[in-house]
Amino acid sequence: MGILEVKNVGKRFGGLQALSDVNLSVRENSVHAIIGPNGAGKSTLLNCLVGKLIPDTGSVMFDGQSVLGRQPYEINQMGISRVFQTPEIFGDLSVLENMMIPCLAKRDGSFELNAIASVMRQTDILETAEKMLLEMNMADKRHMNAASLSRGDKRRLEIGMCLSQEPRLLLLDEPTAGMARADTNNTIDLLKQISDERNITIAIIEHDMHVVFSLANRITVLAQGKPLVEDDPQNIRGNPKVREAYLGESA
Amino acid sequence: MFGLNKKDTSLLLIVIVLTLFAPFILNPFPTGSGLAQFNAGYPDLMQRFAIFGIFAVGFNILFGLTGYLSFGHAAFLGVGSYSAVWMFKLLSMNVLPAIILSVIIAGLFALVIGYISLRRSGIYFSILTLAFAQMSFSLAYSVLTPITNGETGLQLTLDDPRVLGVTSTADGSIPVTNLFGIEMRSTYNLAVGPWDFQFNMGYYLCALVLIAAFYLSIRIFRSPFGMMLRAVKSNQQRMNYTGLNSKPYTLAAFVISGMYAGLAGGLMASMDPLAGAERMQWTASGEVVLMTILGGAGTLIGPVLGAGFIKYFENIFSKINDNILHSWFSFMPDGLEDFVVFLVHPFIGKGWHLTLGILFMLVVVFLPGGLVEGGQRIAGWVRGKKKPDAHQSETNPAE
Amino acid sequence: MDAFLLQILNGLDKGSAYALIALGLTLIFGTLGVVNFAHGALFMIGAFCAVTVQKFLTLSVETIDPEKTDFLGNPLKVKTPYVENWFGPDIGNAIIDWSVPLAILFAIPIMIAVGFIMERGLIKHFYKRPHADQILVTFGLAIVLQEVIKYFYGANPIPTPAPEALNGVANLGAIVGLDLIYPVWRIVYFCFACLIISGVFAFLQFTTFGMVVRAGMADRETVGLLGINIDRRFTIMFGIAAAVAGLAGVMYTPINSPNYHMGMDFLVLSFVVVVVGGMGSLPGAVLAGFLLGILESFASMEWAINLIPGINQIIIYLVAIIILLVRPRGLMGRKGVMED
Repeated sequence: MGILEVKNVGKRFGGLQALSDVNLSVRENSVHAIIGPNGAGKSTLLNCLVGKLIPDTGSVMFDGQSVLGRQPYEINQMGISRVFQTPEIFGDLSVLENMMIPCLAKRDGSFELNAIASVMRQTDILETAEKMLLEMNMADKRHMNAASLSRGDKRRLEIGMCLSQEPRLLLLDEPTAGMARADTNNTIDLLKQISDERNITIAIIEHDMHVVFSLANRITVLAQGKPLVEDDPQNIRGNPKVREAYLGESA
Repeated sequence: MFGLNKKDTSLLLIVIVLTLFAPFILNPFPTGSGLAQFNAGYPDLMQRFAIFGIFAVGFNILFGLTGYLSFGHAAFLGVGSYSAVWMFKLLSMNVLPAIILSVIIAGLFALVIGYISLRRSGIYFSILTLAFAQMSFSLAYSVLTPITNGETGLQLTLDDPRVLGVTSTADGSIPVTNLFGIEMRSTYNLAVGPWDFQFNMGYYLCALVLIAAFYLSIRIFRSPFGMMLRAVKSNQQRMNYTGLNSKPYTLAAFVISGMYAGLAGGLMASMDPLAGAERMQWTASGEVVLMTILGGAGTLIGPVLGAGFIKYFENIFSKINDNILHSWFSFMPDGLEDFVVFLVHPFIGKGWHLTLGILFMLVVVFLPGGLVEGGQRIAGWVRGKKKPDAHQSETNPAE
Repeated sequence: MDAFLLQILNGLDKGSAYALIALGLTLIFGTLGVVNFAHGALFMIGAFCAVTVQKFLTLSVETIDPEKTDFLGNPLKVKTPYVENWFGPDIGNAIIDWSVPLAILFAIPIMIAVGFIMERGLIKHFYKRPHADQILVTFGLAIVLQEVIKYFYGANPIPTPAPEALNGVANLGAIVGLDLIYPVWRIVYFCFACLIISGVFAFLQFTTFGMVVRAGMADRETVGLLGINIDRRFTIMFGIAAAVAGLAGVMYTPINSPNYHMGMDFLVLSFVVVVVGGMGSLPGAVLAGFLLGILESFASMEWAINLIPGINQIIIYLVAIIILLVRPRGLMGRKGVMED
């Protein structure tokens, strides 16, 4: 029984069957990659997991509880954090404030009318946020405006924000898309370090095979909205069906 | 001090000094001198400064922090005024219960309107609030006449019950508003040489409320709640995926700013116990938007400055007439003098709204950060001559 | 039955005005992505074009009539409009009588010019600014335009009557045996509105220009990438939208004497109309305009007012609020328009 169990999920947009009968089981503390050619339904599946979309059929269970019909913020409070394809951060706020917000969300829940206390006197929050900034190697940038960070730093900040919530499951949507090689390698190292040092499950949607095979210890291949195969990386590499799905597309 | 950091404390002290010494500061010219027309130290004008300051400070909590542009905030001010006048009619002429009631009623009103309007964001939200305000305005004018007294406006009469007070005074007139017996209209005149300074009880009540309201807004700005509101403005998507429900945050901001507006409305009625529907019109809502933007939306002191600026120039511009203009420009040759007066004429007196509209456009086009940003630019420019400013990316809402 | 039909007819003239203003607003939303709070002012400027034309046509020369005297025995001063001097009394009078329809010819170039100047001079700089800024700057502009008009024309409504021939009432129901007495000019206004609306739709539907604009409304970026100069076309669209609003204003003058704040009054309602119709949907704007106009007219009936006092004042807002709650995108709105 995995921490995330997706059973028979189907989703239709008008005439397009984006997902049909998708089954997926993400084991606790694994790094699970979901790969597939363009239009395979990876993003649709991800959106079904985080509450942005509600699948037409099937069930999505996280840690024994259904996530279907819940709002994104409720699902996040259950322990699923999401990293976006283009970093989504609070651009108008400072790096430190960016880091404090998830800490506050963790401590105070989805809404708390804490309008009188000074935010800079929330010592527990400040401590956690500063610690995470140190870990992300960003402590020297704490007073910078988040929008003025480099792309790689924005990505680190976003991952740090997700981690500071101590999620059970971290979902990443093509975290290295559009990155230079050096930034990509840095991100791979960061994610490796996270999965080694923390008690955390990672599910990653990725296009870049280099990233997938450097990180994943379990891979699901999607093609045309259906799961083609779910297996360990070494078996995926040699699988003729997978080659066909990819070659068929790129040819 | 007061649980604020150094910068905020000094800001608060500035506001305290400015408001408490306003009768001096706003009356720099001796009575009877040619420049006395630029004085603003009269009780009713100073009261307006403080009241609209409160209104704008509250509006800024919504617009400045969350970015939700409400075009219907005057409705809450109107509701506050009506509630206060009813309190004077039914209970007593003490302003305290009246102000408390106006804050509560405006808050409830804001809760209902906010709950519905906040189901949409962006331009839809602005239009919804605008529609609600216009609806309230129409209702106050027509159907709700039993409550609002329609076009005439709600006034005190000699046969109001006033359970805890007197229906009429011993000499048969309507009693005046007071705070535990101290009349709002009582004014102490201090003559120093040619100067005449007026210390009005009503103004000092408004000033104290303004200081309290301003202090509260600093606390809100610097609180976790305030940070969440800025997060709403910055990136709602990230907020929702960080386990935060942006709806109640925005609604709370809406209600708080509605209560500020109600407070302003209640004070307005306490100074002059009548209330009319025109206070709810959307041009009145536009005015508070302008005050906030002109001062600097999202900054702490901006709205106070903006409110003072607009109310001051409204007063001055409306008072100027062609004769005064001629006396100003009399140093010019005759033809030129007439020409200049002719050019300036549309903008003064009844033309104040034209000036206001132009000001509005100029500020949005050239100075979106308002007076505060303008001040910072000038300060930066002056300092920049000495050393280049390295910290451009400081993100705390500026003073 | 008669009363029912009459109420529908009564709603048509206001509905036509709503529909025309909302149509222009939607064109500007859809193409330029700008929320134009000054659109009501364009309607008002149109109305004052009619006033101006009337003023010009009635400009008079003062002559002394030697044969007549006034009651004091002094020679009578007679004012004759120049047009009468030039074209003779019959044609001259006819021209003055028809000043409102004539104003259309005058208003079209003026409104297009005003639209161009507004777009090039101000709105252009706000495409990339937040909607809040667009609202604020156009709000400021609306105040300025309104005050300028007030400065030149005064604060009082200026009566501008319809031509004598179109001024009466007609019994519309005579043909089918019903009794429907209805002012002729309102019928003219409705027909005029239909004409303009179909003109705009035909223009968008059947010309290449219109096709590009429609494509731009659907997906601005892609059309821009195709190397088509969208901006220039959008400027022209702004001019057209301004002209539509202006013409709506010209023809509305006989129904309600124009005053300087008529634009603001119509603007708030037109925004509500656009929201009800669905932001960015042209048919939605027209449909909602007529629907709300008719609804307002029904709500002004006696039984409705007796049932819920004041319902005629707030019905439009009420409907808008209900629609936005039940169907947030409006009657015919598309997803994702102006939702950020």
